[in-house]
Amino acid sequence: MKIDIIESKTVVIPVENIDTDQIIPARYLKTTSMEGLGDGLFYDWRYNPDGSPKADFPLNQPAAKEAHILVVGDNFGCGSSREHAPWALTQFGIRAVISTSFADIFRGNSLKNGLLPVIVPADVHAELLKWPGIVLKIDLASQKVFLPGGRSVEFPIDAFSKNCLLNGVDELGYMLNQEAAIAAYEAKRQDSVNTLA
Amino acid sequence: MSGNAKARTIVDKIWDNHVVAQQAGAPALIFIDLHLCHEVTSPQAFSMLRERGLKVRRPDLTIATMDHSTPTTSRDLPIVDTIAAAQIAQMETNCKEFGLRLYNRMSDHQGIVHVIGPEQGLTQPGMTIVCGDSHTATHGAFGALAFGIGTSQVGHVLASQCLLQTPSQAYEIRVDGQLKPGVTAKDIILAVIAKIGIGGGTGCVFEYTGSAIRSLSMEERMTICNMSIEGGARAGLVAPDDTTYQYLAGREFAPKGKAWDDAVARWKQLPTDPGATYAKQLVLDANTLEPMVTFGTNPGMGMSISGSIPTPAATTDPIERSDLEKALKYMALEPGKPLAGHPIDVVFIGSCTNSRISDLLAAAAVMKGRKVNPKVRMLVVPGSQQVRKQAIAEGLDEIFRASGAEFREAGCSMCLAMNGDQLEPGQYSVSTSNRNFEGRQGKGGRTFLASPLTAAASAIAGAVADPRKLA
Repeated sequence: MKIDIIESKTVVIPVENIDTDQIIPARYLKTTSMEGLGDGLFYDWRYNPDGSPKADFPLNQPAAKEAHILVVGDNFGCGSSREHAPWALTQFGIRAVISTSFADIFRGNSLKNGLLPVIVPADVHAELLKWPGIVLKIDLASQKVFLPGGRSVEFPIDAFSKNCLLNGVDELGYMLNQEAAIAAYEAKRQDSVNTLA
Repeated sequence: MSGNAKARTIVDKIWDNHVVAQQAGAPALIFIDLHLCHEVTSPQAFSMLRERGLKVRRPDLTIATMDHSTPTTSRDLPIVDTIAAAQIAQMETNCKEFGLRLYNRMSDHQGIVHVIGPEQGLTQPGMTIVCGDSHTATHGAFGALAFGIGTSQVGHVLASQCLLQTPSQAYEIRVDGQLKPGVTAKDIILAVIAKIGIGGGTGCVFEYTGSAIRSLSMEERMTICNMSIEGGARAGLVAPDDTTYQYLAGREFAPKGKAWDDAVARWKQLPTDPGATYAKQLVLDANTLEPMVTFGTNPGMGMSISGSIPTPAATTDPIERSDLEKALKYMALEPGKPLAGHPIDVVFIGSCTNSRISDLLAAAAVMKGRKVNPKVRMLVVPGSQQVRKQAIAEGLDEIFRASGAEFREAGCSMCLAMNGDQLEPGQYSVSTSNRNFEGRQGKGGRTFLASPLTAAASAIAGAVADPRKLA
């Protein structure tokens, strides 16, 4: 899944420490495929106990349908390592998440699924939280978020992940290309690796 | 992270031992010594292997079990949930097709993936261990670098036995002193998380040090390392010592004879060198700790059991304040009030945090000759079939049943409520598990995290109770 430029309105969930159990509740994890996870996205925050949508939840507002950029509070994606979380977000149409920090496992999982975690400074973040629905442009190549009024702010990403996203590099393919090194390592450590054999 | 000349932490040493390759501008390729698989986070990885025509590179370093969606009802009964049944059947198919050792539902080695690894001696010092589960840090208790991965990475490890990784920062959590009676390893880790917050360890690996940690048993160390992720760290570990070697000696997959002596000699090189530095440090005095309990909707929202529920108005940061308000609204708790004495509906003793034999023994010692409050449902879910067997051999099942508790089959159970064991909306539980997120134990359910002692005392009282005050 390649990413270069993402331009869209934002949808804002101004809550800190959103855990992956909220992003996709465990009962949706009984699937053996990736299908249909978008329906479970934030299910318990999106729907009332009778199954009707909660009108005031940001993802239920009409503008959210076309939004590809989600703005959330600090430490997004904490808790369970379930990759179903970025699968659910991307299936819903989200392509970038903006926050002040991300949980490590969620950040790694997102980068492997064409979902861009964007870390911005606290002051910019505070503004974005206040303005749901503004249009942002995220340019991965220059690592910049362009705000209304011509301002822009840089965001960090490691060079390898950036290259993978920009060029659609297959990470596993890259790893398997290092077969010779893996085999050499295995030969060297044969005696100290505990096998089940 | 190079240079054998400089003083290294245990994490540096394990890292250095596992670098397969390091290309410029890319993360290091790290070898994985042990890969644990379970039914929930692996199916899509096996599908990927099939689509790409790949094999599992090292079936001899891979082990699988069923725990998350697996019922804890009698093994004689069919799996009622057809979706879970299909997922469990798929795990059988995948392991058969790819030649993996599987401890299935009927195996006497089945159990929570983080309980069976250590108990069978699969988990050893100095290893790199991964699993598609964030509580993989549990294995860090043995001085292994163990961390949770997503399903894409499960596929990477299956296909290559490697992962692309960048080093983490070392974060020392030093706990000195001695725990008072009624205060446990669970209370140490809940206190640590309450102090640093659930994002406090992001980008870090915790190394737990200090006299209080040294004096803990392996099972207690596992409880602490298990919840490293709740402090934001992907991994947490304790350097190996004689306690580690005594626990491991003679276990099924532990080295034997000369191989054992060689291994111990290697393991003794692992502890952090004097003079090695940590990027961050937290120091805690075990003597000052009390039993801990969480009041909110993340594991960092914890307090001493004799304390009061915090007041949002006293919080200056507006987002923090609104998050606290949101948590207390979900939990239907009043700020400023004590939590002790708050009525509860369910007590859950189990999960990869607290389902080992010492946890069951601690809970049984409290329950012996006492009754579960008639308003409370108490579930005791051993972490593995081996734990269950030992509990029965020691008569713990009888103690629990006589007190009115359920003694169930092994699995993750009500920790994450995907196997049918769950809270009803609005119910309160005291749980020995690791997460109190909204709906974690069942949609609308409300969780107070605590130690097995506190959970058992609460089952008797029918309310959150201080185990030190047990009549």
